[in-house]
Amino acid sequence: MHIMEGFLPPLWCLFWYILMIPVVAWGLIQIKRTFEKTPESKALLAVSGAFMFVLSSLKMPSVTGSCSHPCGNGLGAALFGPAATSVLAVIVLLFQAIILAHGGLTTLGANCFSMGIVGPFVAWAVYKAINKTKAGSLVAIFFAAFFGDLLTYVTTAVQLSAAFPIPSFTAAFVKFFAIFAVTQIPLAIAEGILTVVIWDMLKKNKPKLMEKLGALTSKEAEEAQVEALEDDKGSAI
Amino acid sequence: MKTKMYIILLILVAIIVMIPLAMYSGLGEDQGYFGGSDDAGATAIKSTGYTPWFSSMWEPPSGEIQSLLFCVQTAIGTIIIGYFFGYWRAQRKYNIKE
Repeated sequence: MHIMEGFLPPLWCLFWYILMIPVVAWGLIQIKRTFEKTPESKALLAVSGAFMFVLSSLKMPSVTGSCSHPCGNGLGAALFGPAATSVLAVIVLLFQAIILAHGGLTTLGANCFSMGIVGPFVAWAVYKAINKTKAGSLVAIFFAAFFGDLLTYVTTAVQLSAAFPIPSFTAAFVKFFAIFAVTQIPLAIAEGILTVVIWDMLKKNKPKLMEKLGALTSKEAEEAQVEALEDDKGSAI
Repeated sequence: MKTKMYIILLILVAIIVMIPLAMYSGLGEDQGYFGGSDDAGATAIKSTGYTPWFSSMWEPPSGEIQSLLFCVQTAIGTIIIGYFFGYWRAQRKYNIKE
């Protein structure tokens, strides 16, 4: 989903920056508030950011024959909401733009808008919607991560076809959609599975904290605590 | 979920990654396979006649250096995740109050 440095006309760069900045600013305020209310959530935010670091560094092959990487934005979105996740995305994207020449400073606004705003927003909405039903948080987080990842790439395709509508927006969208979004489908499934694993581990370790953040129902938090106690009994270390 | 389930899920991810490798076995970058989708996007933009107006201030001089730096990124992430999971595990074990 990285749009390379200089690959968007200056006006589009400015446009995406203008959309990105208020969300990231709001995210910073939200993070500060969350830390004041629940200081123990700092470690959880660090793990969410680290998860994004890991997943966005793994370029995996896809059935279309090209390689792409997951985003890892579903976890942070389900725990802390989309705005806070946009701050994490800025950190990851800055690291990649400056040190790896992957993505860019001029296209940071556009890249953050896809990976840090649209993806997490979709993931957050999907998580909240499914978690309310009886399906449980593991099903919810799978689909949240899946759609968060996929919509990140769909957004990139929209951004590029808006900037380069040659010969028309629709034709360009079909072309970029094939490059980005189709390749992404199996990787989004992989990201969903990986997020389920880390989510289950988090749930066993920090159920009360996740309940406080509104990411788990109190019933599921209690169940997770019981499950963790049983795990501890059987473990050697 | 039990640890056994984690392993099954992680194997599933490994299979998802291996399927394309088996499908296009024997083909490589020279035949146009396994390139990055980001680069494919950049090529598609260039084919419309667009020339980038800005380029990265610094670029990793070779593929080796780039994979080194990608590994650094992965390492930073994994050490943070591993540190906290180990910390929480011990916290649980020794019943230190949250």
